[in-house]
Amino acid sequence: MISLQNVSKHYLAKKAVQDVTLHIPAGGITGLVGENGSGKSTILKMVSGLIHPSRGTLQVDQTPVNRRIAEKVAFLSELDAFYRFYTVQNMVDFQASQFRDFNRARAEEMLTFMKLDPDSKIKSLSKGNRGRLKIVLTLARDAPVILMDEPLSGLDPMVRDSIVKSLISFIDVERQTVVMTTHEVNEMEPLFDRVIAIKDGKILGMAETEDIRTSQGLRVVDWMAEHYKNQD
Amino acid sequence: MTHTFDASKPIYRQLADQIYWRILRGELRAGEKLPSVRETAVEFGVNPNTVSRTYSEMERDGVVESKRGQGTFVSEDQSVLDQWREGMKQSYIRQFVQEMKAMGFSEAVILNGLKTFLEEDNE
Repeated sequence: MISLQNVSKHYLAKKAVQDVTLHIPAGGITGLVGENGSGKSTILKMVSGLIHPSRGTLQVDQTPVNRRIAEKVAFLSELDAFYRFYTVQNMVDFQASQFRDFNRARAEEMLTFMKLDPDSKIKSLSKGNRGRLKIVLTLARDAPVILMDEPLSGLDPMVRDSIVKSLISFIDVERQTVVMTTHEVNEMEPLFDRVIAIKDGKILGMAETEDIRTSQGLRVVDWMAEHYKNQD
Repeated sequence: MTHTFDASKPIYRQLADQIYWRILRGELRAGEKLPSVRETAVEFGVNPNTVSRTYSEMERDGVVESKRGQGTFVSEDQSVLDQWREGMKQSYIRQFVQEMKAMGFSEAVILNGLKTFLEEDNE
């Protein structure tokens, strides 16, 4: 579903991603795990068409990636991209005007689930509620591919719990391919079908999470630590 | 999250155990419908694919049956459930006895200890 062929990304002298070749199959939830600065976000941004690789090619659903891939890919940024003077409802309407696959019924259902008032002004929302709203705007799309950059980062346990529950409730794991970055591996691992470990812009390994537990008797964190150790 | 799993063991197996205990305790009865895959996934905070795997594993064990388009049900065949319940009992006893013997306790001591424990536990 998502293919990277010899992809590299340099920022001036800094190598963010180095010669990555990767194929993520369709369906399920894939965790992209690694320490800060390992290149996780750079990979997601390249798949979403937001930045161009310095070298190599990317494909999503057999289509070469460019800015227009946004039609197939819903991207949840680590940053907030809201107009502060908008209400929650304005923001939902705006998103609906930008994407043909936006499912208004689901958006409403999710707002209720997240206990978000459509009439609230964005500028009056707490950080946690802005995090929840971002999730609503992303998951209300019937996009075949959903990319999420650190969906839990910087949020308190209550908010994280509601976000994890909403992911389970509103993602269709059979029809949608979800890739998310996280360094909260312990919290997220029951959600992952597979994980990809990344360090210094290189892929260290990819495995099904239940295989890691069944055949190696390891937690995903331990599996990741092993790969990190072997790399040193 | 309401449930925590041992992350070094397969989650689909641990989830099956949790549901099996509900059946053993009679919280889920013969013929009763199991919650949908999605509902169970939300309740336990796990991936829906994991729940699907749990349900098909339980079906292979013969304890539940999936009916096309309707969901997954606890087997209506009480004799199958009784047999499986008996099997669970045997396997837990076997494990207990093996471990006690491995620690060097004689059968008489095990039996006596168990009896005393149960009597005290009832008080």
